[in-house]
Amino acid sequence: MGPIRRFLALPPDSVPKTVFVAVTLCLLASMVVSAVAVSLRPVQEINKLKDKQINILQVAGVYDPEVDVLEAFAAFEPHVLELATGEFTDKFDAATFDDRAAADNPETSVALEDDPAGIGRQSRFVTVYLLRDDAGAIDRVILPIHGYGLWSTLYGFIALEANGNDIFGLQFYSHAETPGLGAEVDNPRWKALWPGKRLADEDGNLQITVARAAPPAGADFHVDALAGATLTSVGVNNLVRFWMSEAGYAPFLENLKAGEI
Amino acid sequence: MAQTRREMLIDPLVDNNPITLQVLGICSALAVTSSLQVAFVMSIAVTAVTAFSSMFISMIRNQIPGSIRIIVQMVIIASLVIIVDQVLKAYAYEISKTLSVFVGLIITNCIVMGRAEAFAMKNPPIASFIDGIGNGLGYGLILMLVGVIRELFGSGSLFGITIMETVNNGGWYVPNGLLLLPPSAFFVIGLLIWAFRSWKPEQVEAREYKIQVVEAH
Repeated sequence: MGPIRRFLALPPDSVPKTVFVAVTLCLLASMVVSAVAVSLRPVQEINKLKDKQINILQVAGVYDPEVDVLEAFAAFEPHVLELATGEFTDKFDAATFDDRAAADNPETSVALEDDPAGIGRQSRFVTVYLLRDDAGAIDRVILPIHGYGLWSTLYGFIALEANGNDIFGLQFYSHAETPGLGAEVDNPRWKALWPGKRLADEDGNLQITVARAAPPAGADFHVDALAGATLTSVGVNNLVRFWMSEAGYAPFLENLKAGEI
Repeated sequence: MAQTRREMLIDPLVDNNPITLQVLGICSALAVTSSLQVAFVMSIAVTAVTAFSSMFISMIRNQIPGSIRIIVQMVIIASLVIIVDQVLKAYAYEISKTLSVFVGLIITNCIVMGRAEAFAMKNPPIASFIDGIGNGLGYGLILMLVGVIRELFGSGSLFGITIMETVNNGGWYVPNGLLLLPPSAFFVIGLLIWAFRSWKPEQVEAREYKIQVVEAH
């Protein structure tokens, strides 16, 4: 009897057979799993990208389900923005720059001391999007924002008019707030409260608030908090105010107002 | 084989339902039933995983060493679950975002392991495949029932289509927020088990103990 036959004749419970079954099965399973993962990766990447782009289109108010996403998105100009200077940088390619990876990388991020949005580390560079009108002038700017709500970090975009002070829209694309309460940040009726609000008053003081009652500055700066979702509302208030402050987009918005972008 | 294939398929729907009789797979049933669409995709995913894992395990059942049989089953189940997860991410991205970790948790779904150990290890591949389909459908049936109740009364809609306009959207229906939270599925599943066992009293388990009245000393 040859060694192979002798091996096959062993009972399944013998040690060599057990090792053989374990190794073969693991090899086979890992080959199948990696083959599937690798072959499906391109489709998944496109899905992820499309999902983000759809959100940008929606917050800019130009989403049309009939139009191909990639085509509609071509109208947007991505730029990598250096937050501290408020100017665009060429150090990174805007098409491939990953904001979230940059926030984890010590070289491109800072640990926040004063951290009302609850994000821990803030990337020094973010990808922003410009939408130009037919004449080539800036029509809207779309800025990514994120911060902690009640259970989760809310990731979203805020769209501003070209004057850098009027809000065109706000939308979160990823969060895990309580369904029916905090998750109402996705409710179109609540999102419809944002357009037309203003960030800062005439003196340049940041006034926008999400609260139960209107602040003294007036209704132009007030978005009604979500009923039954106090902590999510506080989180949204903090994160919007944080990102619109000096630590966030204020230098960029100054440049935008001065027409230097 | 005492059971015909038809019985293997029909039996787990009511008479031997994995959730209401065997009380398995409760964890995911709590998590994914707040909307019908998600429950539906989860049912299909679990059915596919149960059927194919049972089939593959049954195909190699005579070669599986007894000492590592659970690990062998887990490797096969886990591989299939990863494949399902990857396919969902590629072709049903929106739904895979909602299902998030729960697809991965099919690995720990006791129904899949239960059928592998109780049925597939002792029966031929085709019978195991059908048994897997049957049990998956039994799980799916309960998921859909719970999903209908939770989505209809929790958000006033079915499959995302508004049936009862909620107050938040300017309608009349005040949704029951509890139904959107996982604990409500406990109540709904409990009531379903009650209903099933009232309908089919033979499903009621024998008492393990009996409270006796003892004379006071």
